[in-house]
Amino acid sequence: MRRVNQIKGAVPVAIAFSVNGKPVSVEAEADTPLLWVLRDDLGLTGTKFGCGIAACGACSVHVDGAITRSCSVPVSDIAGKAVTTIEGLKSADGVLHKVQAAWIDAQVPQCGYCQSGQIMAAVALIEAVGTPSDAQIDEAMTNICRCGTYPRIRKAILAATGAAAASQEEA
Amino acid sequence: MMADNPNPELGYPETEAPAAKPKRKGVKRRIFLAGSALVVGGGLFGVWWTDRSVKAKAGALVQGPGEHAFLTWMKIAEDDTVTLYSPHIDMGQGSHTALAMMLADELDAAWDKVAIEQAPADLAFANAALAKGFLPEMVGEAVAGLLPDAIIGMMARSMPLQITGGSSAVRFTGETGMRKTGAAVRAALIAEAADRLGVPESELTTAGSLVTHSGSGRSLRYGELAAGAAGRSLASDPVLKTRDQWKLIGKPVARRDIPSKVDGSAVYGIDFTLPNMRVAAIAMAPVRGGELESVDEAPALAVKGVEKVVKLADAVVVIGKGYWQAKKGLDALAPEFSDGGNAAVSTAAIYAAQGRLRQTAEKPDNEGGSGDVDAALGAAGVKVVEAEYRVPFLHHAMMEPFALTGHFKDGKLHLWGGLQDPLSTRTKAAAAAGLDVDDVIFNPMIMGGGFGRRFPDLVEIIDQVAIIAKQVPYPVKLIWSREEEVRHGTYRPQSSAMLKGSVKDGKITAMRIDYAQSGNAEGEVPFIYAIPATSRRHYAYQSNQVDGPWRSVNATQLGFYTESFMDELAAAAGVEPYRFRRAHLAPGSRHLAVLDEVARRSNWDSPLPDGVGRGIAIVESFGTIAAEVVEVSIREDGSPKVLKAWAVVDCGTTVSPVNAEAQIAGGLIMGLSSAMGEQVTIEKGAVVESNFADYPILKLADAPAQIDVHFIESGAKTGGIGEPGLPPASPALANAIAAATGKRIRNLPVLTQAKA
Repeated sequence: MRRVNQIKGAVPVAIAFSVNGKPVSVEAEADTPLLWVLRDDLGLTGTKFGCGIAACGACSVHVDGAITRSCSVPVSDIAGKAVTTIEGLKSADGVLHKVQAAWIDAQVPQCGYCQSGQIMAAVALIEAVGTPSDAQIDEAMTNICRCGTYPRIRKAILAATGAAAASQEEA
Repeated sequence: MMADNPNPELGYPETEAPAAKPKRKGVKRRIFLAGSALVVGGGLFGVWWTDRSVKAKAGALVQGPGEHAFLTWMKIAEDDTVTLYSPHIDMGQGSHTALAMMLADELDAAWDKVAIEQAPADLAFANAALAKGFLPEMVGEAVAGLLPDAIIGMMARSMPLQITGGSSAVRFTGETGMRKTGAAVRAALIAEAADRLGVPESELTTAGSLVTHSGSGRSLRYGELAAGAAGRSLASDPVLKTRDQWKLIGKPVARRDIPSKVDGSAVYGIDFTLPNMRVAAIAMAPVRGGELESVDEAPALAVKGVEKVVKLADAVVVIGKGYWQAKKGLDALAPEFSDGGNAAVSTAAIYAAQGRLRQTAEKPDNEGGSGDVDAALGAAGVKVVEAEYRVPFLHHAMMEPFALTGHFKDGKLHLWGGLQDPLSTRTKAAAAAGLDVDDVIFNPMIMGGGFGRRFPDLVEIIDQVAIIAKQVPYPVKLIWSREEEVRHGTYRPQSSAMLKGSVKDGKITAMRIDYAQSGNAEGEVPFIYAIPATSRRHYAYQSNQVDGPWRSVNATQLGFYTESFMDELAAAAGVEPYRFRRAHLAPGSRHLAVLDEVARRSNWDSPLPDGVGRGIAIVESFGTIAAEVVEVSIREDGSPKVLKAWAVVDCGTTVSPVNAEAQIAGGLIMGLSSAMGEQVTIEKGAVVESNFADYPILKLADAPAQIDVHFIESGAKTGGIGEPGLPPASPALANAIAAATGKRIRNLPVLTQAKA
């Protein structure tokens, strides 16, 4: 179990959950958003702060498999649950998730700051529906990318599910 | 703490520097004092090419055991690794990889042994190639060629220079710095090999980081030759490869930074941590120009995890054990701010004042164009069209909010974060902290977007962290909330224009653009059409807001005005928009080739279903010509949906096509986003919008699913790629809406007026 040191003054509550398959216990005030526990207490900085109001999706993680904007979920709601962050997508032996590999193949990221959240959203979508349609991609991929990588995000999602290859064969 | 903004287009410090006599080779260092910064100048590229003291300092900063530095650009290790030191920061534009491709191609280095690192924020790494490249843009090609004294003076003024911006990395640093350095080092490696092998240089060839003697088959690795080659003098004007000899430039090479951006391991400024570090949150005066009048610190200090409250002239800062604690502390405060006398400023008042200025000013602040516009507009038999256009302030919305870590220790201020010019970051921090610039150490990090917001001149967080860090014994990371980011931008200026033109027999006889905004666009945004009489007049208007460079700078609004109005003139002339533009572009010109190609690829003449419209626009910016076609349908609520887009671009040579395509498509989407829904509005001197809920950025579902990007490899002088994709997007969108609905959009954003 990983324990996090506290600076004097805080009266923390111990909250136990798992992150990327490992049990953790953090001492945090109950209203602290999961995002800041991940970043400031657990050092998992792959999950990003973008807006703080669940509008941009840069902070997206999976909570018990469901896509979740971690800036707007208090850590107390996470007790006993399983959190997966971008750092946890690789296999135990370090092999990239197929969506991450597709992201590299399609050369998606520019500044890259939103891409952790985009990838987490794409993984959740593919896990939910298998091979998504364009309309399902439109509906599910609501994270903001200021660099405008959307066309390559769509391409990478289709490639990760084999849909791109299929549509190329048709063409 | 309002930043003085003498030259928002380029972010250059305006300082006086004496002109020096030009010397092509063997120049001595000349030292100028520019503000508080020690500036080395005086010899274009030659200083950095020949000055051994600079080279020695650069080498000392980056050279490890068994490594050998060449100029200030690169080093070769004995295991053959070539490390490029990029003076540009990667904020997503992919220039690191492109620069490395240019260096490796000329050097004949094995691509898998080329590493890319950020150049240290030290004067020895100031980017002379960039200064040289910008000079013709600042003073014009003809002047730059004729007046060497002016060149030298301007160069001195523009240093120290480690700017990332102006779409400059590849076209200046790459062309001048990387390719020349690669070629010169390759020549030195060959010379060293010739001596070692006892054969003439002409019998040696290079490939894959090896020098090979073709007759004997003997070869030496670059790593073996590096020590000897580093001691040789380098040719100042080496022979560069021809296009047919390139193995990397123009080829689909993957970006080096991407793997770390898909597994969460890339460390941005906001991710940086130090042992014992605290995190700070800030609330700034809601009205630009206002100051902190009073604040009771107690409520913040009562919040668990809060350690300290710091008052700044125009802000209050709360330091806590983490960001959340600091933010909670900040939210508990009720600071009182003054409005700096700006309570009457509003969006409507700014437009009204700009309109009055255009009508009543004795003369414009800047003017471009030629011919007698008044006479042409008043000539018999012409049809005159007149329209006013308005565009709002725009926020950069870089996805990584500002974050900067500072630690004041043993008299020195250490900083970590992502900013577009590391050297001037040091200068600014030193001034704010009351330190000597040598006592500020800046560690540049990658940026989660920039788009012009991270030019240090206008970045208040540098001053804020410099001041805060000096008051605490621990490292502190200050993070701006998205709300602070939106409300304290250095915006694309709110701008308005009156356009007037006349047509006769299918051609424009005169065009006048009177525009009011803070910055001048003359000399920056070219007017591309051949028209007998043209006039573009700038009326300078500054509100209480801070205007700054925003991706593609003044080409966004000038492009929107000009290219929307071209469609209005086309309608008046009774000619369809593509052929109307054709009629005003020179036969055989690059512009015409770009326009024709976008029309061809988009099937411009093909029929469209009812309710679908197609718009075209062409804008030249940063040395690159870009034409775009946008196809839109209209939803039931009256809002437009972009179906498809095409872009054709002539940037001379496309160094990294995979990345260039992304830059153009991304620019197009950012242009559509801003035109569709983005605006920063002002009421009572303060910004109304606060976050992505009321400052909407285009999302995937609303971006065109298909963007066809095509490059014309004209071989002309290399142009920029990060910015030029943006400006044609907004007029192409407005023109497409007009084609679909008959309604001309003259005020942005579209969504405030397009809905029924």
